[in-house]
Amino acid sequence: MAIDKKLIGQTGTPFTVPIEWSKVREFARAIRDPNPVYFDRELAQKECGGVPVPPTFLQAASFWMDEHSMPAANFDLRRILHGEQDFEFLKPIFVGDVLTGVARVADVYEKEGGRGGKMTFMLTEIEYKNQKGETVAFARGTLVETGQAVSS
Amino acid sequence: MAAKIKYDAVKVGDPIVTITIENVSRPDFVRYAGASGDFVPLHYDQTFVEAAGIPTVFAQGMWTAGCLSRCLTDYAGASQVRRFKVRFARQVWPGDTLTCRGKVTGKSEKHGEKLVEGELEVVNQKGEAAIKGSFAVAAG
Repeated sequence: MAIDKKLIGQTGTPFTVPIEWSKVREFARAIRDPNPVYFDRELAQKECGGVPVPPTFLQAASFWMDEHSMPAANFDLRRILHGEQDFEFLKPIFVGDVLTGVARVADVYEKEGGRGGKMTFMLTEIEYKNQKGETVAFARGTLVETGQAVSS
Repeated sequence: MAAKIKYDAVKVGDPIVTITIENVSRPDFVRYAGASGDFVPLHYDQTFVEAAGIPTVFAQGMWTAGCLSRCLTDYAGASQVRRFKVRFARQVWPGDTLTCRGKVTGKSEKHGEKLVEGELEVVNQKGEAAIKGSFAVAAG
């Protein structure tokens, strides 16, 4: 990807993410998490005030994003790495909530890498608000496009 | 909200919960692709990865991060996580056994909440770090 500083600060179209119990259960199983709070509604209500979501569950918001949700960057899928991910939680997220996410490009820059040659970094931040308009979380990700195919 | 840890009882250096993930396998990556919507083919399409010069499929970083997040929710409670940050250091391959662990590095108060902070890591069976991370959880 040619580096494009004009991307910085651009936002995507807001997208809506209903927090669905079946998806939460599927996600918990996928990360091998048997915690009963994801599977037993009464227990979850007592312990957490509702069925909570695993800390990384907002990754599944991708199902509700389309080509306009994230400002476009033409990364080569064969050479892409997820460098970092950072979640900050300000309010609880429960099954039944309806979140709205807005993605923003926080930074784009290039760096000389080692084995991978020149690397392009893109930092994105998605702010999620719930149905009451409260900001519940920020999901910040760093994507890296390496100069050649990624391997260990 | 049920906090599982008491702020005053937590000490810097305390280990948090350790989770062992035995025998990472390709179905883990397929299941996670379906659960998360991450269909980057590097994680399940053998033909694609070989064409890209990579020996075989490897785990989505966020699958491994999800496994690591259990250390926090088991330690502090499912709705107590306030910060979870990971940096991906190395790929996780089919057949790996992972140890997810962490320890307390600090305590603070923010927005009227008592927070326990610390560092995290996922290491493979050779002791190599796949993820380095940090966290903050709310204590009672």
